[in-house]
Amino acid sequence: SFRCSAALTPELKNTLDKVVTSHKVVLFMKGTRDFPQCGFSNTVVQILKSLNVPFETINILENELLRQGLKEYSSWPTFPQLYVEGEFFGGCDITVEAYKTGELQELLEKAMCS
Amino acid sequence: MGVTKEQVESSLTSKLNPAHLEVIDTSGGCGASFTIEVVSEKFEGKRLLERHRVVNTALEEEMKQIHALSIKKALTPEQWKQQQESEKPKPAA
Repeated sequence: SFRCSAALTPELKNTLDKVVTSHKVVLFMKGTRDFPQCGFSNTVVQILKSLNVPFETINILENELLRQGLKEYSSWPTFPQLYVEGEFFGGCDITVEAYKTGELQELLEKAMCS
Repeated sequence: MGVTKEQVESSLTSKLNPAHLEVIDTSGGCGASFTIEVVSEKFEGKRLLERHRVVNTALEEEMKQIHALSIKKALTPEQWKQQQESEKPKPAA
């Protein structure tokens, strides 16, 4: 079925499939890892840096189409959005919670070894 | 314009039937940023990501105008009870 309002076209979905699997850890955020433009995005960057894992960041403020499409792709309305091994992990609150319990570290270790 | 704390509370109340709900407007009045604590039976058997999705879905309309939503707690009534008991000050001997 065709919806005019749909931001997530088949082409964009295809691209996102590739982007989220291009690196083991991908963070869609406001700003860049060196210049986060939102406290929530900054929090996740700091967590990933502290865990010492390589990660790729994508600035959604630079691409409105990507920003809208991702919300649909992840079924998640806000940013940042963290992907691990091609799978949506969560936003800032979930990442902070998983960091506190050690679950995030465990997941990332597993991802790095796979 | 934005969304009021009351609108957020009323949507969550009608959709999640919460045993406990606390909505804090962290925007300084413009209604674009909220912190939420919610206790609901709807979270039973769900992982944290799924619980947050339940909250996001309940606020689907409001989210169009909310810029930041922080879900501090999404607990089942059982977990909430346990947490409250563990936080309770120990009675003096």
